[in-house]
Amino acid sequence: MLKMPSAFRLVIPVVLLLCAGLAISGCDNASTNNSGSSEVRLQGAGATFPNPLYQKWFSEYNKTHPNLKFDYQSIGSGGGIKQISSNTVDFAGSDATLTDQQLKEAPGELLHIPSVMGAVVMTYNIPTAGNATLKFSGDTIAGIYLGNIKKWNDPKIAADNPGVKLPADDITVVSRSDGSGTTFVFTDYLSKVSPEWKDKVGTGTSVKWPVGVSAKGSEGVTGQVKQSPNSIGYVELIYAEQNKLPYADVKNAAGQFVKPSMQTVTNAAAGAASTIPADLRVSITDAPGQDAYPISTFTYFLVYKDQKDKDKGKALVDFLWWATHDGQKMATDLIYAPLPAEVVQKDEEKIKSITSSGSPLYKG
Amino acid sequence: MASSITPPNTFEPAGGPGTMSIGARSRGLSASRIGDGIFKYATLLFALGIAALVVIIIVSMAQNSTLSVARFGWSFLTKTNWDPVHEQFGAGAFVYGTVVSSILALIFAVPVSIGIAVFLVEQAPRRLSYPTSFLVQLLAAIPSVVYGMWAVFVLAPLLRTYIYPAIQKAFGFLPIFQGPANGLGLMTAGLILAIMIVPIVTAVSTDVLRAVSNSLREAAYAMGATKWEVTKVVLGAARSGISGAVILGLGRAIGETMAVTMVIGNRPEISEKLFGPSYTISAAIANEFTEATSELYRHSLVELGLILFLITFVINMLARLLVWTVTRGEGRSHH
Repeated sequence: MLKMPSAFRLVIPVVLLLCAGLAISGCDNASTNNSGSSEVRLQGAGATFPNPLYQKWFSEYNKTHPNLKFDYQSIGSGGGIKQISSNTVDFAGSDATLTDQQLKEAPGELLHIPSVMGAVVMTYNIPTAGNATLKFSGDTIAGIYLGNIKKWNDPKIAADNPGVKLPADDITVVSRSDGSGTTFVFTDYLSKVSPEWKDKVGTGTSVKWPVGVSAKGSEGVTGQVKQSPNSIGYVELIYAEQNKLPYADVKNAAGQFVKPSMQTVTNAAAGAASTIPADLRVSITDAPGQDAYPISTFTYFLVYKDQKDKDKGKALVDFLWWATHDGQKMATDLIYAPLPAEVVQKDEEKIKSITSSGSPLYKG
Repeated sequence: MASSITPPNTFEPAGGPGTMSIGARSRGLSASRIGDGIFKYATLLFALGIAALVVIIIVSMAQNSTLSVARFGWSFLTKTNWDPVHEQFGAGAFVYGTVVSSILALIFAVPVSIGIAVFLVEQAPRRLSYPTSFLVQLLAAIPSVVYGMWAVFVLAPLLRTYIYPAIQKAFGFLPIFQGPANGLGLMTAGLILAIMIVPIVTAVSTDVLRAVSNSLREAAYAMGATKWEVTKVVLGAARSGISGAVILGLGRAIGETMAVTMVIGNRPEISEKLFGPSYTISAAIANEFTEATSELYRHSLVELGLILFLITFVINMLARLLVWTVTRGEGRSHH
């Protein structure tokens, strides 16, 4: 047995590890150099809500475009907006649209390109009601979250839910504690249907909740609702589905109680399509249409209209085209609602308008 | 600070490794040995680097909170309104939640920790003290998020279903126990924090008790004192050191983020109800920083961080001071 000073015995594996690390990263560099200028790396950051779908898109798209690498950090819509505004990423994801102020502060003209859609659902845990599907009007939801409706057997809830056994217990109101696009959509909806909400609370990724407890993340809210008897919370559809929690039908602008589903969410976008402004910055909560689910949202890619790097710009434009066309077919598998044809058409116009040094990048 | 629990009867030099390293510098630097010089300045550089880092952090945090400082001034510390939509920010409720949850944690953790330390140093036979100190240290190795998950899925339901209703039944006339108790709140946060700070308080208390001179114990026994009386004498001698341990635990509780945010209910309001929701500084930063889109909002969060930084800074200084006093006064001298 060879005798070594103990310090060396520690040093050798460390050195070996470092060598291995260098070798691996060296290989990486070598391959980058070998493939020459054709390798393009697109950096993105932003919304967490569409992240599972985006990752799927990136890996699928990479199969047919092996020279294109994506790096998307799901740091939240706010972070995405910040990064694209300071030009540290090539594209951003955001659930919220930029304000006029934010658009003005950005160093170039930013485009909003709706990528896919989602729904925020009201989920609840009422032991006496079991798995019965409750019905809520926007007014009732606002009342519960404002603290005006305190008990489950309140006449306002009971009127919309004949036959459901509602207890005389306090409602445990659960909200999101972390800033999120989900909260933005939910509060945007409440601001539209309740003047009192708009006045007292308003719309934002984080708001000052009048009542209840807040839990961290969608998992936190679902966990809390699942465990607390007589609670209510709001989460994205996929979380309610995965956790097998019941979710409510919500009364829409046309006065119908609509079950949240991929179809009814797409309906909401189709219903709102005629009123979508040219820059596509639009909220589709409380959208018109008989079968439109009212708490629906777009999530967006944010890209600069004028691309500084031609190769990157071309790759980005081709990807955006693919995502808004072929990519939509993958959305339903992951419980995201695909864009309706009317919106895809608007996306096409936007993508075609992206240029690099004056010449359009999309070649068809 | 020695934070390991060494088995009983093996006396460790007071102060533990680290505290004396500067004191040994003056000896034996001969001019012919350049290596020593390089070594000295290299270590000096590292030491200064850390000090510089602290300064840089404070300065950059101050720079990144100028907007909220200018807008709200000192009222930021006392105002309790936190409304991102209307851009009204005040740290009062967060400071309250941070302080109260940490104090609750101390109330639960300190008696237990001192009990464990006394057991390890004064009572336990070797074969029992090893596994005990191992288990206590194991608690320190569990990641905070795991504590949080356990608290959400086990502790909170347990408290909501059995403990809180029982307390409300017995002591419901006290306002602090009134109101709805759904398992998320100050008390639950205090309990999970208590579990998390037991290891550090135990470890430091153990070291401090060991630093108490054996002659004191022998003298007490010689006077015919019982074991309990001897323990009282030892604890009396170790008083300020144990206070240091408690303050270190407090420092840790104040900065804890993940487990707390998962169970505290995240509601920025000052309320005397211990079963109701509250919010801490670190939890607020972790929750809201990623989606803080306006500059004033971001600056307010950074200012919250600055307040937290200063609180923990002061607490740690106090702890060092107390532990230093006890080790200098009662440990065997190194000078």
